[in-house]
Amino acid sequence: MFDGVSFRLPPGGALVLTGTNGSGKSSLLRLVSGLLAPAAGRLLWGATPIAADLPAHHSRVHYVGHLDAVKPVMTPRELLSFWGALRGLDPAASAPALREALAAFALEAVADWPCRWLSAGQRRRVALARLLAAPAPLWLLDEPATALDDESQARLERVIEVHRAAGGRVLLATHAAIALDGAARLALDAFAPHLEPDPAV
Amino acid sequence: MAALLSVFHRDLRLALRQGGDTALVLGFFVLAVVLFPFGVGPEPEILGRIAAGILWVAALLAALLSLDRLYQAEYEDGGLDLIVLSPIPLELAVLAKCAAHWAATGLPLALLSPLLALVVDLDPVAFPTLVVGLLAGTPALSLIGSVAAALTLGARRQGVLLSLLVLPLYVPPLVFGAAAVEASVMGAGARADLYILGALSLAAMAVSPWASAAALRLALE
Repeated sequence: MFDGVSFRLPPGGALVLTGTNGSGKSSLLRLVSGLLAPAAGRLLWGATPIAADLPAHHSRVHYVGHLDAVKPVMTPRELLSFWGALRGLDPAASAPALREALAAFALEAVADWPCRWLSAGQRRRVALARLLAAPAPLWLLDEPATALDDESQARLERVIEVHRAAGGRVLLATHAAIALDGAARLALDAFAPHLEPDPAV
Repeated sequence: MAALLSVFHRDLRLALRQGGDTALVLGFFVLAVVLFPFGVGPEPEILGRIAAGILWVAALLAALLSLDRLYQAEYEDGGLDLIVLSPIPLELAVLAKCAAHWAATGLPLALLSPLLALVVDLDPVAFPTLVVGLLAGTPALSLIGSVAAALTLGARRQGVLLSLLVLPLYVPPLVFGAAAVEASVMGAGARADLYILGALSLAAMAVSPWASAAALRLALE
């Protein structure tokens, strides 16, 4: 899908992946998350390869993909508290973070509604609120602004800003214009391997 | 540990709230058993003779019915990614999901079985054996089913494939489960059969989490 890609993400850094459909943005994010293993090449956290200790890497990473894992019969509050518990947070101790997460994406009003009543944009915000419900230093966001209105996108930008100011890293694939100060850009189209059409076919 | 409990609680909650899952399984169990007196005729001797088999076969089919829900919904909505990406080992997460599946299907099946045993004229002497046998044997059904559900993840017509894979593997619990009930009707001890049922569940518990986790990882690639 791509080869020769190399990048480094310092603390507080942000990298925006761009590229045409199918250029491998989502695959690169899944590689970095550890869900996929690379065919060749290395992924390092500091000096250690991530494959050396995947569970430790998983606890460093938040991955928000195309699918938002929002269950129609559960409420945003239940989902967020489950996602926190899944990452080993004690429900009582994570309650303030949970309130903060709901507030950051303006979900308080719908926090106790079953998610089947929510719109696509609201579900997206529930998925994004996961970023704040449990802390993790590296955020992998795949088209995070899909279905978000302008105001929600501004909220997302603020949340990312606070995360980076605290030394967090963000790797983001997007077509939307998300404003990130000093973010590096990586255009994956430049790394597509040249596939010659087979004349025999 | 708390993370595992949270997976168990959430799956149980999903199964109970979606209604479909537990209610469907129990409804199927009841209807399947109630059909037999109509088909076979109401003679107590005939019904009583085949009651153990009817109850166990109906329980197997009912458990099978809910298996495709075990991972499919989670796979489609991206929830599986999050479980794989959590710090808990996938093998243990599988075990927690199977436990929730059992609590939402096998456990109510076992508790409901004496009522249905009345419908098919099973000798009341065998009721305790029937319940204990189902309690000991149904965990194996959830665990074996988990491997097949993980293997068929994303396949078209998953349900059909799932039944073909799972039903042959359900034969041992069926044989010993029905034999246990049979033995206690005859007045012979059912203990040996019940132990074997428990052993089947324990063996499944030892193998299934690893096999299921491997299949799930494969499905997510």
